[in-house]
Amino acid sequence: MVISDAAREKIRAEMAKYPKPEGALLAALHLVQKQTGHISGETAQEIADLFGIHPIRVMEVVTFYNMFYDEPQGRHHVHVCTNLPCSLRGARELLRGLEAHLGIEAGETTKDGRVTLAHEECLGACGYAPMLRVDETYHENLDLAAAKRILDELE
Amino acid sequence: MGLKVPFVTGYLTEHFGDDAFPTLEGYRAKGGYEAARKALGSMTPDEVIELMKTAGLQGRGGAGFVTGLKWSFMPKKGDKPRYIACNADESEPGSFKDRILLERGAHQMLEGILIGAWAMQAEKTFIYVRGEYAHPAACVQRAIDECYAAGILGANCLGTGFRHDVVLTRGAGAYICGEETGLLESLEGKKGQPRKKPPFPAEYGAFGMPTTVNNVETFSHVPHIVAKGADWFRGFGTEKSPGTTIFGVSGHVARPGLFELPLGTRLDEIVFQHAGGVPNGRKVKGVIPGGMSMPILPAGQLDVAMANEFLRERKTMLGTGGIMVMDDTTCMVRASCVITYFFRDESCGQCTQCREGTGWLHKLVTRIERGAGSIEDIEILADVTSKMEGQTICAFADAAAWPVQGMLRHFREDFELHVEHKKCPFPESFEL
Repeated sequence: MVISDAAREKIRAEMAKYPKPEGALLAALHLVQKQTGHISGETAQEIADLFGIHPIRVMEVVTFYNMFYDEPQGRHHVHVCTNLPCSLRGARELLRGLEAHLGIEAGETTKDGRVTLAHEECLGACGYAPMLRVDETYHENLDLAAAKRILDELE
Repeated sequence: MGLKVPFVTGYLTEHFGDDAFPTLEGYRAKGGYEAARKALGSMTPDEVIELMKTAGLQGRGGAGFVTGLKWSFMPKKGDKPRYIACNADESEPGSFKDRILLERGAHQMLEGILIGAWAMQAEKTFIYVRGEYAHPAACVQRAIDECYAAGILGANCLGTGFRHDVVLTRGAGAYICGEETGLLESLEGKKGQPRKKPPFPAEYGAFGMPTTVNNVETFSHVPHIVAKGADWFRGFGTEKSPGTTIFGVSGHVARPGLFELPLGTRLDEIVFQHAGGVPNGRKVKGVIPGGMSMPILPAGQLDVAMANEFLRERKTMLGTGGIMVMDDTTCMVRASCVITYFFRDESCGQCTQCREGTGWLHKLVTRIERGAGSIEDIEILADVTSKMEGQTICAFADAAAWPVQGMLRHFREDFELHVEHKKCPFPESFEL
């Protein structure tokens, strides 16, 4: 079993909030992925069993939303917003600087599995550009030196 | 982190600098939940809806529909449960106002939701917060928990016997879930692919029940209207577009950030006076006035009042009030590459015109930017946009087509110069 009893308990509590239990599917995927890092076929099967739905219903949701992953990821996600307001203020240079710093390209994971670097569409920080998101935390008004420091501190 | 309160504040944001305001105690110290007490305690649901209609509040999520009218579409009787969905899926590039309303004003929004729930006799609200907004979502959840503990929400709201529950749902990264029926699908644990309408959500919404979807800012205005009245509210803004809104200014300005100002404030006043104008001795080339879906205005057309009745005359719209400023180094073909990439990436894929059209738009502008495009490509670009518009289940395809049409309307020369020089003729432009 991939999903812990504690997580199952939380998922059941989420299901109770909706008129139909499936309303809690996104919440369940967030909860499980926090534990597992990505949603494998096996995990999708377990979630499907919990909801009493077919696993393809789980995987079509996983693959539709940007924040769910069907492949293993680095321990940390570093997402640089490259949409227009950020690009106007140097986001592309920032992303290229971080690619060089980590020795990987956007979309790749460092060999030690520490960081997955990616570009991302608008994160709602347009007035504080350029910016990046490390897992659930926003870092804004950055220059390359500050961004490198943030990355270097990640375990 | 590092979220700044607006540079210019109004009734929505005047207490956002106060660190106690996000708490129930701090909110109550400023008169919080007195408007809900008034509505639930001394007004009938129909009186609240009439008040909203008289006030003329327009939805602040982009479409600008009159809120009181939307509320009146909910069925009055019937044994089906009625729901509210609060759209906190803020994802329109250039828009970052809902985030501060969630982080610093969650109780203000919740009070508006509770008043709306009374007016529509809704039993439950789902607040759909975009997945990336982890901190804003935590702020809202804390406020919801405080409301339950204080008896503001739950089985006996404010001791009136009215029942209302609020559930926070986190999205997972999909722009299309900001479209109201995409949001409803996502709430049901599905891919966020918009529904064909009719039936409209007021008839067949979340989980098949009557549902009204309103934006975060829309709800945030509601307590102020109930507390101070429709005439007071109409004292701000224009005759057709009353109230303030929170403009977000980004891009090439000295002071990017948020500014709460009356609707109808002139765009040039916002850009030059409030946001400090363009730095480094450069000049404005173009401004996107309302989030990336809205057509751009060239430097010569910034003398426009920021309200739909005036912006429409210039073939653009207020949208979410996200203002993006581009200086005279900017290559508009490059900007179009960024814009079309976004829409290609975020198309949900169910309608052919949108799925294929967004891909074509991006392919064409990229080819032109590389210097490999022809004059015919510019014609095809215009043609593709005309075949996407009004042809699909939701307005996403229009939102992808309009900004390209705006670029061709005002900056066609930029595209032609690329064809002529067989390369990008704007070496100082932002990097792609």
